[in-house]
Amino acid sequence: MQKRFWNEYQKEIADDHYFYGRSCIRQSFTPGAEAAFLNILRQDLGKDVTDDANQHTCTGIGYHSDIVPFYTTATVMARLFSLMTAAGYKNYIPSCVTSFGLFAEVLETWKHQPETLEKTREYLYKATKREFEVPENIAHSSDVLYKFRNELKPKMKYQLVNRHTGEPLRVVEHVGCHYAKVFPSYGVGGAEFPYVLAGLIEAWGGEVVDYPERRHCCGFGFRNYLVQANRGYSVSNTHKKLESMAPYRPDFILTNCPGCNMFLDRWQYTISEMEHKTYDTEGKGIPVLSHEELAALLMGYDPWEIGLQIHQVQCETLLDKIGVEYDPQGKYKDAKGNSLPAPEKPSCLLV
Amino acid sequence: MGALYDQINEDFRLEESLNACMNCGVCTAICPAAEFYKYDPRVICNIVQSQDDAEIEKLLKSDTIWYCGQCMSCKTRCPRGNAAGVVISVLRTWSQKLGYFVESEKGRQQLALKRAIGHNILERGYCVHPDIVSVEKHPEQGPVWEWYMEHIAEVSPRFGAKYHQRGAGAIREIAPENLKELHDIFEVTGGLEMYRTIEEKSEEYAKEHNLPFDDSYVEKIFTEDSGNHGL
Ligand code: SF4
Ligand code: SF4
Repeated sequence: MQKRFWNEYQKEIADDHYFYGRSCIRQSFTPGAEAAFLNILRQDLGKDVTDDANQHTCTGIGYHSDIVPFYTTATVMARLFSLMTAAGYKNYIPSCVTSFGLFAEVLETWKHQPETLEKTREYLYKATKREFEVPENIAHSSDVLYKFRNELKPKMKYQLVNRHTGEPLRVVEHVGCHYAKVFPSYGVGGAEFPYVLAGLIEAWGGEVVDYPERRHCCGFGFRNYLVQANRGYSVSNTHKKLESMAPYRPDFILTNCPGCNMFLDRWQYTISEMEHKTYDTEGKGIPVLSHEELAALLMGYDPWEIGLQIHQVQCETLLDKIGVEYDPQGKYKDAKGNSLPAPEKPSCLLV
Repeated sequence: MGALYDQINEDFRLEESLNACMNCGVCTAICPAAEFYKYDPRVICNIVQSQDDAEIEKLLKSDTIWYCGQCMSCKTRCPRGNAAGVVISVLRTWSQKLGYFVESEKGRQQLALKRAIGHNILERGYCVHPDIVSVEKHPEQGPVWEWYMEHIAEVSPRFGAKYHQRGAGAIREIAPENLKELHDIFEVTGGLEMYRTIEEKSEEYAKEHNLPFDDSYVEKIFTEDSGNHGL
């Protein structure tokens, strides 16, 4: 039944020549994930992808916090498209799921109300003298890894298999709400059965574990996290998800949205400090990886060069299960190879 | 059909997000905000659809419209293809344009968002940037974030970042000519006007209530919680 639904939503994903749109949240919290994605595309898959220094925010967080009006966001996005057009590209890959969802909203608005596209063109020209083409293809970076999942597999050094037991690792996935909840046709598998992350897990040897609150929001909620007084909302959402997934004893959580990735990680720390509770059996928490981090890890990239040490929930238990070789001394070094003192230990969550 | 309804209906997003609502409550059933707040998107859709100006004005002045987390889960399941979350965006836009947002505790928070995210967009070219996620204001980020922020200049190049430097890469400094174009887009499209409205209406509110309109006001709205919002 589910497979049939997925088949209805096999979106088109361009196979080369991409303009990469960076994510404010991913650059801030897990910059190594973006670098790993670009390296995988360029070096391991031989694709052409550009990372333009003149790009900037899409304003998505401002838009969903309601301080930035629709046409301002649409015109800022149009400027990003003008950079893409000027660089000679037609395929846009946003790193951020909020951006991806908002690009879909703006593109659909332009499609169904062509006067809004004209108005955006006028605004952009008036403000910047720039012109742009609408992208021929827009795919989230997780879509691109999904497209090449089988091509990457034989190049991978590791699989999602527990090397001690020989069993597939148990993975829960969390697809960002804005990936397909608004425009199901923009996502692999649509809104009800998004397959983009499950497809990676299955292709790379793991077992997708279902859990009751699988499609529940992580709780970012924009103003609900960004304003301190509202943060109880944000942590309550993640708490609900963690309570729901814990009985299924997942080895890790896989995400495609940079916000969800950060919240599912950080709120485990907060909950452990508030309630002395962790959601694994060893008191270390459930590691949270993004699609780029997972692909890079299985390709044999050094976990400390892709930045796994700057997640709060530490990943060594998972690395040991997969059998990833790593240098424990390399974890807290700077870019020049100098050793730095380790971060302080949380009072409850074991590291 | 009332004048206020006509006004909010000028926003093309309203017609696209609310049609023939049958008051079934499926949106409320799936809504995370309805799990934790006194919040019911079905009721909001019903009020807007009724076109009752008095009730719509009450909504625009209430905490209610500020609870939504913009997850858009409601859109997925609505049998009529409606999107309560988008209806909420329209209501919030008008609550700000008309200055009604200052009438509620949650609405007043818009100034804090404008000062943080709004300024960051224009000054740095990012919605979010490590420099605004201060360790003091974000204890929930934990000790690894504290460590990263202490060593970000030396450590982040390991991850391909260009922190406070020019050139392609994560969290690079965005050149002034790009920031100028962003600013000009905000000017031409009404983004700066929205920022100004949020400032002016917040200042009027502070004056009326004998509150100093300085950092202490922003701190107050950023942290104040009457505790009246949960279920
Ligand atoms: S789910 Fe749709 S039709 Fe039902 S109450 Fe909500 S908006 Fe109305
Ligand atoms: S977008 Fe808002 S109203 Fe819709 S489900 Fe999410 S929190 Fe509820």
